[in-house]
Order: sequence, then C-alpha cells, then structure tokens
Amino acid sequence: MFQDILVTGLVNGGVYALLAIGFSLIFGVARIVNIAHTAFYMLAAYCFYMLLVKTGLGFLLAGLISVGAVTLLSVICYRLVIEPVREHEAAVLIATIALALIFQELMLYTFGGHFLGIPSTLEGAVRFLGVSIPYQRLLILVVAGAMLVLVWFVLYRTRLGLAIRATANDLEVANLMGMNVHRVAMATVAISVSLAAVAGVVVAPVFVVDPFMWLAPLVTMLAIVVLGGLGSLKGSLIGALIIGYVEAITVFAVPAGAYLKGAVALLIMVIVLLARPEGLFGIAFEEER
Amino acid sequence: MLRTIIAAHLFALAALGFALGAQAQTIKIAILGPMSFVQGEHHWNGAEMARDEINKEGGINVGGKRMRVELVRADTNEIQSVPDATNAVERVITRDKVDFLIGGFRSEAVLAMQEVAMDYKKLFLGVGAAHSKLGLNVEQNYERYKYWFRVAPTKDVDLARTLFAVLGSIGQQIRTDLKTDTPKVAILAEKAVWTEGLVAAAQKNLPALKMEVVGLWQPSAVATDVTAELSAIDRSGAHIVFTMLSGPVGISVGRQMGERNMKAVAWGINVEGQKEEFWQAAAGKAQFVSTLDTYAEVEYTPKTIAFVKAYQARFKKAPTYTAATYDAIMILKDAIEKQGSTNADKIVAHIEKIEHTGTGAIATFDKRHDLVWAVGKTSGIAVQWQDGKKVPFWPPNVKGMQPFKMPAR
Repeated sequence: MFQDILVTGLVNGGVYALLAIGFSLIFGVARIVNIAHTAFYMLAAYCFYMLLVKTGLGFLLAGLISVGAVTLLSVICYRLVIEPVREHEAAVLIATIALALIFQELMLYTFGGHFLGIPSTLEGAVRFLGVSIPYQRLLILVVAGAMLVLVWFVLYRTRLGLAIRATANDLEVANLMGMNVHRVAMATVAISVSLAAVAGVVVAPVFVVDPFMWLAPLVTMLAIVVLGGLGSLKGSLIGALIIGYVEAITVFAVPAGAYLKGAVALLIMVIVLLARPEGLFGIAFEEER
Repeated sequence: MLRTIIAAHLFALAALGFALGAQAQTIKIAILGPMSFVQGEHHWNGAEMARDEINKEGGINVGGKRMRVELVRADTNEIQSVPDATNAVERVITRDKVDFLIGGFRSEAVLAMQEVAMDYKKLFLGVGAAHSKLGLNVEQNYERYKYWFRVAPTKDVDLARTLFAVLGSIGQQIRTDLKTDTPKVAILAEKAVWTEGLVAAAQKNLPALKMEVVGLWQPSAVATDVTAELSAIDRSGAHIVFTMLSGPVGISVGRQMGERNMKAVAWGINVEGQKEEFWQAAAGKAQFVSTLDTYAEVEYTPKTIAFVKAYQARFKKAPTYTAATYDAIMILKDAIEKQGSTNADKIVAHIEKIEHTGTGAIATFDKRHDLVWAVGKTSGIAVQWQDGKKVPFWPPNVKGMQPFKMPAR
C-alpha cells in the first residue's frame, strides 16, 4: 500500500501543480482574484477537443492554437472586463465570476451537457513499484516541472518579472516609478491564462471535458495557493503535492470515505493556516519582496 | 372604410374561432427533461417518434373523434437545479395548458415535480427516475398520488435484483475461466442516496452468492479522477468491479481502468456507459465495461428491434432508456382510446389494469404504480462495451445475445 500512496500521490500532485502554477501567478503574485482562471482552462480543453478530434489537426498544432487563442481571449477580457475595475478587488472578483459563468453557459449552449473525451497524447502505461502509471500522467509531471522553471525564470530573471513583482507589491509606487501598470497586469493575465491553457491541453486528456469542469479545480487551486503561501511558486508546488498525497492517503486508508478526499485536503489546509496564517512559504516571499 | 374594418374584424374573429377549434382537436403532452443533456435529448426523441407515428395515422381516437398529439418541450434543467424543474412543470400546466406530463430524470427533481403535478391532478408518466419513494407515495396516499406511474426504469430495489442476477452469471463465468471458487468483488459506488440500499444489499448478498467482497470504495459522483481508488482495487486482486455510478465519474472509471490495463471487469450500473457517446468520452479506453441498459438490437419485446432501428435511422444514435417516452405515449394512447376519454381518473383506472407490450418492456403496474419486475419483461438487459460497440449479453434466453468477455490475463 505504501508504494501505491507514494506513486499515486506524486502523479496526482503533478496534475494539481500544473493547474496551480498559473493560478499562483495571477492570484498569489499579481493579486488579481481571477475566478475565471479555471474557466480559461475549460475553454482551452474545448478548443483542443475541437481542433484535435473534430478537425483532425495534430496534437502539437492543436495545442499551440488552443493556447494562443485562449491567451488572446484573456487579453481581450482583461481590457474589457478586468481593467476598468482593476482597483476594486471585490469588483474584479464578481466580474470574473460573471465571466466564468458566461463561458460555462456558452459551452453548454454550444456543446450541450455532453461529456467529451480527448485522446491521450501519449498512449500506454508503465509499471513502477508495482503501480501502473499512464504515460499521459508522466507527461503532465514533466510539463508541470517545465512550466514551473519557466515561470520562475520569467519572474526572477527578467525585467517583466521584476515589473510584475513590483506592481503586485505596490501598485501606486510602481506607477509613480514610471511603470505602465496596466500593461504589466495585462501581461500577467496573459502569462497566467496561457499556463491555464497549457494545463487544459495537457491535463484534459486524463479527465472529462464538460461545461462544469472548471468548478472543482478552482476550489483545489485556491486551497493549494493559500496552503503554499500567497505568491510562492515553491509553496504552490509543495501545496499541490500535499493535496495529492492527502487525497491518496484518504482513499487508501478509508476506501468507503473516498468521496471525502477533497474535504480532508481542505481540512489540512485550514489546520495549516491556523498554525501559519501566511501559508507554508508566505513569510519567505514577503521578506523577499 | 367602415365596411372594410368590420370585414377585417369578422375575419379575425373567424380565424380565432378556427384556431381555438383546431386547439381543441389536439392532445397536449409536456415532455419534461434536461434538454441540454443526453437524457432530455432522448426523452424528446422518443416522444417525437411516438407523436409522428400517431399523427400519421390521423391522431388518437377519442370516442370516435380523432385528436392529434401536440408535444410541448419543457426544459427542466433538473441536473443543475430542482427549482428550475418545478417551475417548468408549473409553466406547462398553467401557461401551456398541457393535458399530460411525461419524463423526468433525476429522482430529487422528479419527487418535487410529482408534487406539482399531483396538486393539479395531472397524469404524470415518469420516464427516468428510479427512487422507490415515488411509488411509495402512491401506496401511502393513493387519492393524491394516483396520477403518477413509473414507465421506466424499474424502481431501485428491482434494479438491484437485476444487478445480482447478472452478477451471478458473470461470477459463474469467472469460476470457469479462472478456476477460482470464490470470485473477488470490489464495490465501487458513488456516494449518493440511491446507492445506499444497493451497497448494503451487495455487502449482504455477495457472500451468499459465494463471492468475496474485497472492499467498498465511494468516490464523489462528479469525481474526475479515480486513479487512487483504482490503484487500491488493482492491489486487492478483484476480479469484478461492481459499479453503481450515475455521474460523470462513470466515464473516469471506464477510461482509467483501460489506461491502467486492469484485469478486473466492470459490471453494474454505469449511466454514462449506457450512452452511445460513452466510448468517445472515455477516449476509446472503456473496453469490457458493462452496464445495465434498456435498448439493443435484440428481441426483448416484439417491438424492440424495429424501434431501435427506426431510432438509429432517424437520430443517428442508439436510444437510451429515457427514450421510453415513446412507450409512455403509446400507453396513454391505448388508455385514451379504450376509455374514449382524456379524463385523468378514467385513464388511471385503465393503466392500472393494462399489460402493454412496449419497445423497452412488457409493462404491468403494481399497487404503487411501479412496473412489475420480471426477467425478460421489465428487468432490462445487460450490455458490454467491446471494441467500440455496446454488445448485449443478458438475459441469455433473449434472441440476439452475445458472449460476455473478460480482459486477457
């Protein structure tokens, strides 16, 4: 059982990590409460499905177009919906909830409530420690690792990253220092949503595509980002692994309570927050800032 | 000028009179279902087939007068919202002035819709919900609930009887093929009210069927990932995964079992697995997943094959069990014609005594207005996904059944 928990927790944690990175950037670093983040993930999954399954484009081309199209849409949405209310967090929250629901209803209207399947990019499975792991899940782990490195590089090794962090730290001072804060925020949204879109393309093949697929990950992503500490990419990665392992342990230890795995994960988050309100890596980030 | 105005008014009055006359010549039936979802789609398709067939013959003969069938499409949105469902029923009764109600899918919503229908004393033929309470209401308060009948599926307790009958048959095949006396069964049931009785019955009855229960796993009905559950089931050495799944988790189970190359075979209720779209939704990985079902090209009743073929020709897909709206309308037609009236009380009295050979069942009703369960009459069939096709394999005495297959070991 130990090896099952070890492998299952790692693989599922990888899936969560890929979903959490973009959310960590937008919510944790840029402090834009974009509730529509996972709705963009859903849109990318639908786009990928249409291009791959319906029009027969290859995996790479379908994936690139999906990521590009959804990123472009996010920029338009930012200009039209988020930017005018950017300074009011509650307004951003409500506007992005509305945006997500509009996307959901549009997909429901266009595709109906049917559950759609996307073929795996990589077929087959490998046995590791006696546990069967599909190649698609290993691909997710690799992509999650690559995205994490990429985001870290952009944030801490480029001028854009410096601008994003400065803007997040103090919008007014960054503005007074001559930064175009609106453009920086737009870039942050674009990078973040492109990560959500990558997740949609890579993760959707192991799940089911439907108009409501954005809801469950949203709660998990919020938990991971808050658990790891706002703004900490490392925290998000570790938060994702913790959630993955807690879920695996719940299922193996209490099989009849498998439906509780989400609730147990959230309970762990609450306990950690009671002990460390800033999250696991929150302080380190604050000091760094 | 004055004459022109008077003539125009007279013409309008005549047109109105004609329209009202024409309206009186129709029987309005509301088809209730979640129309954005597969269940509602098949509710509507089955009803359209019945309507067109009846109207082609001139309509329903009501005491010597032919009345055409008019369908009212009522989107209950019940998968997402129970209040939406009750609003839809209220609307079709009060605004559209329908004569009869047919459909419903989600038990929680149908229980609420049943109340509205009974308030208005409207005959409601249920096609979709299995919860026992719907029929129990009739038994406990006949005068209020007598306008309710369940045309499909059988109630949840009877679904269990079918499940165990098929499970016994699969267990026997495993004993023979794998040379084991006691097949191991993992119960995988979504956490929901409708599975509670089934889970308890399975835990109690499987040892009596000489099967070992290796564990009970209960994911959420909307879980998209069951890898941890399947990993544990794989480790338990189960031969059969006994499923009780109505939500999208059924797709995840089918797909992820295939991705993991599991040696166990899935049998039980997998509502998503009944749909034509299941194979695609599971990305072609759901090989050997089997489920209880209603329709296939087999001689379940003398009308089944013709109906399934006509349905496929018209809608380019096989019917799911909610397409039994066709049977519900035909039962209604039979009752109206025999009684020579659309009076609800007279129709209730007739349906209580009916034996109707439909497309999905040979229906007779008990005192709860539930279908009387019988193998080969109302029990339904069992199907297994084999290479992208739903293959029927049970009951064995029905013509057209094919062998049940196990994954290679």
